[in-house]
Amino acid sequence: MAAIEILDLEKSYLVGFWRKRPKLALRPLRLTIEEGEVFGFLGPNGAGKTTTLKLLMGLVFPTAGTARILGMDMDDPRVKSQIGFLPEQPYFYDHLSARELLNYYGQLSGVPPKGRSARVEQMLARVGLSDSAGVQLRKFSKGMLQRVGLAQAILHDPKLVFLDEPMSGLDPMGRREVRDMIQQLRCEGKTVFFSTHILSDAEALCDRVGIIHQGELRGVGAVAELTSQTQGKVEIIFCAQGVPADLTSLGAEARVSGDMVNAVLPEERQDAALEVLRRERLKLISLTPVRSSLEEYYIQKLRPAENRKGVGV
Amino acid sequence: MNSRIGYIAFNTFREAVRDRVLYNLIAFALLLSGTAILVGEISIDIERLVVVNLGLTAVSLFGVVIAIFIGIGLVSKEMDKRTLYTVLSRPVRRWEFVVGKFFGLTGTLVVNTFLMAIGVFLSLLYVAHKFEKMDAWVLVALYFIVLQFLIVCALALFFSSFSTPLMSAVFTFALFVIGSLAEDLRGFARITHGFGGWIATAVAYLVPNFSALNVISQVAHGDPVPGRLILYNSVYALLYSAMAISGAVLIFQRRNLK
Repeated sequence: MAAIEILDLEKSYLVGFWRKRPKLALRPLRLTIEEGEVFGFLGPNGAGKTTTLKLLMGLVFPTAGTARILGMDMDDPRVKSQIGFLPEQPYFYDHLSARELLNYYGQLSGVPPKGRSARVEQMLARVGLSDSAGVQLRKFSKGMLQRVGLAQAILHDPKLVFLDEPMSGLDPMGRREVRDMIQQLRCEGKTVFFSTHILSDAEALCDRVGIIHQGELRGVGAVAELTSQTQGKVEIIFCAQGVPADLTSLGAEARVSGDMVNAVLPEERQDAALEVLRRERLKLISLTPVRSSLEEYYIQKLRPAENRKGVGV
Repeated sequence: MNSRIGYIAFNTFREAVRDRVLYNLIAFALLLSGTAILVGEISIDIERLVVVNLGLTAVSLFGVVIAIFIGIGLVSKEMDKRTLYTVLSRPVRRWEFVVGKFFGLTGTLVVNTFLMAIGVFLSLLYVAHKFEKMDAWVLVALYFIVLQFLIVCALALFFSSFSTPLMSAVFTFALFVIGSLAEDLRGFARITHGFGGWIATAVAYLVPNFSALNVISQVAHGDPVPGRLILYNSVYALLYSAMAISGAVLIFQRRNLK
């Protein structure tokens, strides 16, 4: 069963002071995310990622279209008890401690009183905040708030978790922890829908990604497929003090770093290049086909739009 | 009461207490004890009148200021700080959120009023050395003040559901002032004729009738408050607040959270 079916969801806002005119924030969006999938929603700032998440959370209302979440209409009140949400740069009630906040959210989410405290402590431990559980949130750093945010999103054991820019503003250690947590959610069989503009995170975590730009979905693809496509080039790394002239004549783009050379050349000249190395008695370290990266796919999907004026307005 | 409304109300109350809203009680206590001592020194036979008048007026003004300044931020602050996102993405309906916030603030004001009422009675005991039977009417005046707070909170919440905090404060305070003159407005409407009379009548009956809820002077003189007025005022305040809250809910239900 599909975890999320977005059916031509569209959002426009009225802008202007005197003569109000509609500004399209999200063009009709059609997208399906399967259960158990980790889906990355990629796009630059202002692309429409947060608008999509807010529509799915019922925080803003669609101009047209609808969505089905876990087989139910997105307006169905039962949906909310089965989803978790971490907003971008979350801000919580800073008069509460982390423990009080999670307890409050547990109450609102319908976590039964019996076992609620244990669940809260479990979540605090999971995000590494057990030692600061009694401290008011106004004294928390950004990274700690993000951890609280993650804890509240999964507190009630939802089937589907929405994370809006979960790594934004975190230091490398914090990003690593969030990545580990998303991996863990995948292992638990949860569906994760997260937005980001950090491509390396998406590449490391996602089963599939969707690229959105100027309110328009530009492409959807499986990360494994996108990054397994070869480009008809090979990368050869070997030990040498300089680039052999015969290799340059084969059209290799080479870079010397210390006593190592990294050369990229067309796939059909791979055998000739190896022959040069053998003749020159140079030690081969590796030979690998050059694969597409998610970044290339992303840039490719964004580029056509750069030349189109007025899209999204 | 729906349990989610109760949780939201308790959190609102806890926030107000932790944000030191009840610190106003210190100013109130200082004002009242200073006045009681001063009145005890300089007044002859009117100590009770002065203490009740001043004490209840202070309770009312302190409460109205709190009701307006917290009430206008109840929803807008949550929208600005986006704390609302993690609440409304749970099984919480928007109307439950608004009603919970309203109960949380009125709860804060009831506790505040209760503590201030203790101060008023202590001052009364200080100047009169004993309680009299007519002092029981002070409780009725305090009850009417709480009813005023209900209406002020509901109006602040209503205006803040579609307006900026500053404008909401201006609207609510303006209605409080006009409503405090509601009986005069009704008198004016009775002697005005034609189209102007219609307008005056409509305005006089639309604005909240805070003057009917003000019996401070009456109880300060030891005059009783009729039971019928207590009933009418209770029903009136509940209906008026319910209407304002319903308006706030209707607007908030359709609002996009940016």
